[in-house]
Amino acid sequence: MEKLHLEYYLVVSIIMFFAGIYGFITRRNLLAILISIELILNSVDINFALFNRFLFPGQLEGFFFTLFAIGVSACETAVAIAIIINIYRNIRNIQVKNLEQLKD
Amino acid sequence: MEYTFIIVLLPFLSFLFLGLAGKKLAPRVAGYVGTAVLAISAALSYLAAWQYFTTAKVGGVFKPWSMDFRWLNFTKDLHIDLGMLIDPIAVMMLVVITTVSLMVHLYSIGYMHGERGFQRYYAFLSLFTFSMLGLVVATNIFQMYIFWELVGVSSYLLIGFYYTKPEAVAASKKAFIVTRFADLGFLVGILLLSFYTGTFSFERLTSGDASLFNEAGGVTFMGCSVIGWALALIFIGGAGKSAMFPLHVWLPDAMEGPTPVSALIHAATMVVAGVYLVARLFPVYYLEAPDVLVLIAIVGAVTSLYAAVVACVQTDIKRVLAFSTISQIGFMMVGLGVSGLEGHEGLGYMASMFHLFTHAMFKALLFLGAGAIIHAVHSNEMGHMGGLRKYLPVTRFTFLIACLAIAGIPPFSGFFSKDEILAATFHFSPLLGAVMSFTAGLTAFYMFRLYYRIFWNKETRHDHAPHEAPRSMTIPLVFLAFVTLVAGPIPFGKFVTSDRAEYLIHLDWTVAGASVAIALVAIALATLLYRKESAIPDRLATSFKGLYTAAYKRFYLDELYLFVTKKIIFNGISRPIAWFDRHVVDGTMNGFATLSQRVSCAIRGFQSGQVQQYVMVILLGTLFITVLVLFI
Amino acid sequence: MDISIQETVFFLLATVIVLFSILTVTTKRILRSATYLLFVLFATAGIYFQLEYSFLGAVQLTIYAGGIIILYVFSILLTNQQADERLEKLKNSKVAAGIVAAVAGAGLSLFLLLTHSFGPSRLAGGEVPVKAVGTALMGTEKYQYLLPFEVISILLLACIIGGIMIARKR
Repeated sequence: MEKLHLEYYLVVSIIMFFAGIYGFITRRNLLAILISIELILNSVDINFALFNRFLFPGQLEGFFFTLFAIGVSACETAVAIAIIINIYRNIRNIQVKNLEQLKD
Repeated sequence: MEYTFIIVLLPFLSFLFLGLAGKKLAPRVAGYVGTAVLAISAALSYLAAWQYFTTAKVGGVFKPWSMDFRWLNFTKDLHIDLGMLIDPIAVMMLVVITTVSLMVHLYSIGYMHGERGFQRYYAFLSLFTFSMLGLVVATNIFQMYIFWELVGVSSYLLIGFYYTKPEAVAASKKAFIVTRFADLGFLVGILLLSFYTGTFSFERLTSGDASLFNEAGGVTFMGCSVIGWALALIFIGGAGKSAMFPLHVWLPDAMEGPTPVSALIHAATMVVAGVYLVARLFPVYYLEAPDVLVLIAIVGAVTSLYAAVVACVQTDIKRVLAFSTISQIGFMMVGLGVSGLEGHEGLGYMASMFHLFTHAMFKALLFLGAGAIIHAVHSNEMGHMGGLRKYLPVTRFTFLIACLAIAGIPPFSGFFSKDEILAATFHFSPLLGAVMSFTAGLTAFYMFRLYYRIFWNKETRHDHAPHEAPRSMTIPLVFLAFVTLVAGPIPFGKFVTSDRAEYLIHLDWTVAGASVAIALVAIALATLLYRKESAIPDRLATSFKGLYTAAYKRFYLDELYLFVTKKIIFNGISRPIAWFDRHVVDGTMNGFATLSQRVSCAIRGFQSGQVQQYVMVILLGTLFITVLVLFI
Repeated sequence: MDISIQETVFFLLATVIVLFSILTVTTKRILRSATYLLFVLFATAGIYFQLEYSFLGAVQLTIYAGGIIILYVFSILLTNQQADERLEKLKNSKVAAGIVAAVAGAGLSLFLLLTHSFGPSRLAGGEVPVKAVGTALMGTEKYQYLLPFEVISILLLACIIGGIMIARKR
């Protein structure tokens, strides 16, 4: 147990985070992008729990932050998926390259 | 006398009506409306003149009547008023303006028949009449300046009436710019004068109250008193409007306007505004700056001689008349310049005003006659005329009367007025008198040259026989000829004099006899040369080639002006300034605009609407900043 | 072999997370992507359990793995077009940009992580009792979270209404 330092976990979380970033930048399907966002959020959640557990074991802030972040991400996913379905209904497509009308 | 206000107001209302509703009216109706309104104005002016000259005399002196209302109130001392000042010269001018204007309105119904913009023409005529009437009844010099400019504007509009003709446009611009340039002097003069005297009012300025000028007493500029400068500058304004040498260049070109307009504005009324201005301020000139009066006399004499010489060789009949006008106004200026103020000394003033009156009538007559001729042969050139006496009897006789009047043959009106100017001039300086007598002889010569070239000489072939003008055009001719015939013996000295007291005219028979003799000789010479077609004029022209060409080219004054303006001012000053403006001032601004446009074009790509691209940029930016913070 | 059971579990979880994270974002099929995400989430829950945050792990399993993934699968099936799925050819430049950004970011973060010292860190404190969690959630004292709890419940309500509003047929 003594060998398992904080850094090991953080390396995992960083890889997960940047995998999410990569997905966000490259994917073209809106749902795939949303999945990438979930990855990013998840890695951050892990970080909160880690820091709480390793650096401030007597307290619960990180714990609760993770808890609330999970709740918020649930909300976000629900609304995002509603929007995506609405878009799909309108243009029969959820490719991000087609969603340019908002810029003008 | 309050009703005199209506005289001025009526043409303005007519202008508004014709200007606003003109398009809806039939052209004929517009003409009748304008003429009818002017007729009412004229009738009221006659009534005013009769009433004023019969009732306003108190103790042998005409008392001016005035009303004023304060228009712009700046401070306790500085305020600008509008009002009516009725005194002998104003009444005389009212009569002259409304009469000539009425005749021109009537005449134009025939002359301008079928022209495009007939209603516009009448609206402008009304505007001009209004402005001119406002000018003569002005109670203060500032009001006069306002109407002075209005007169300039309406003159500009009327000269440029045929705005599709490039010459007319150029002429209107020239007239406006030259007179406007002179008006700058006028304005500076007004400001100087009113700054030192503390008043704009003519009545106070001309009251002979020397204390007004006390403040300016010791002030001098370049060796002359500041009041002298102010009056000289005001005279420059007058010289611009009255086409005095060397500011006369606009008047011959102004003949591009319709002929009745030339008769009204550029012969009878507007161009004498400068004379009127000097006459208005005459006591000030006489008491405060006699030197300027001498200057005025000299300028008048030079102008007069110059214009007479030039008129002798011009071939465009309207130009001949234009130079004749310049010459005659020169006579008026000389009359004012040599005049004294009190009693018998005021002969020049009285004669000048008298000449203004008679000249307005016979010069309007000449122009209207010229209009009738042009109407008949459709050309301005003498070469296209000749032998018209059979076709245009009415025009011919009225024209002859006017020619005799301007030549100074008794008993026509011109004889009396011109003769008194000559008498006053001889009294002032025999040399000047001799010059003016010579000029009078030239006048007789060129007028009869004109007369013979038009009505006698070789008959030119016409495609269709020229015919007499319609009734609406001949009636004004006959009326003005009648006035020219009978106006001479009017005891003018009873009405308009420098000190407003009565002045008894008695002819100086030596001067009169001499001038009549000179005129007769000149007429005889003209008869000899031009009555029948002969080769003598051409031979004379070739033998005096240099003089002839110089006179024909108006002694190259226009070229000189063009050289000064185009070559020196445009190239030397305006071009570099324009270049600076275009390349440095505008360039800077354009540079800013181009720069921001370029930058926006470059930036525009960033705003792609692609979220992923945004994220990419944010991420790279964050990384970049992190690296910066960490390693630098 | 001096490897404890904890370490074995960690390395197993770490392998799963790394592998499936990358697979999630590289696979061409969206449904597979969602499935791989599910595995990642399971592994994350495993990490929570290992950190002795059993409650958090349970929440992760129920909400993420149980709720959100189901939502994804449904929406994928709703919006699924057969052609769409395979035609998602990635532009090379975009992939390169993504790889550069991700590798650069990861490199920088790892560099920071490995050069930075967190001080003495050890896994300690034991299991957090659910009672303590409940008390902290419902209290109004310092380090107690009634207000965020209420706020998030209102947020959830707003989400429900908003989701219905946005997605309903008009």
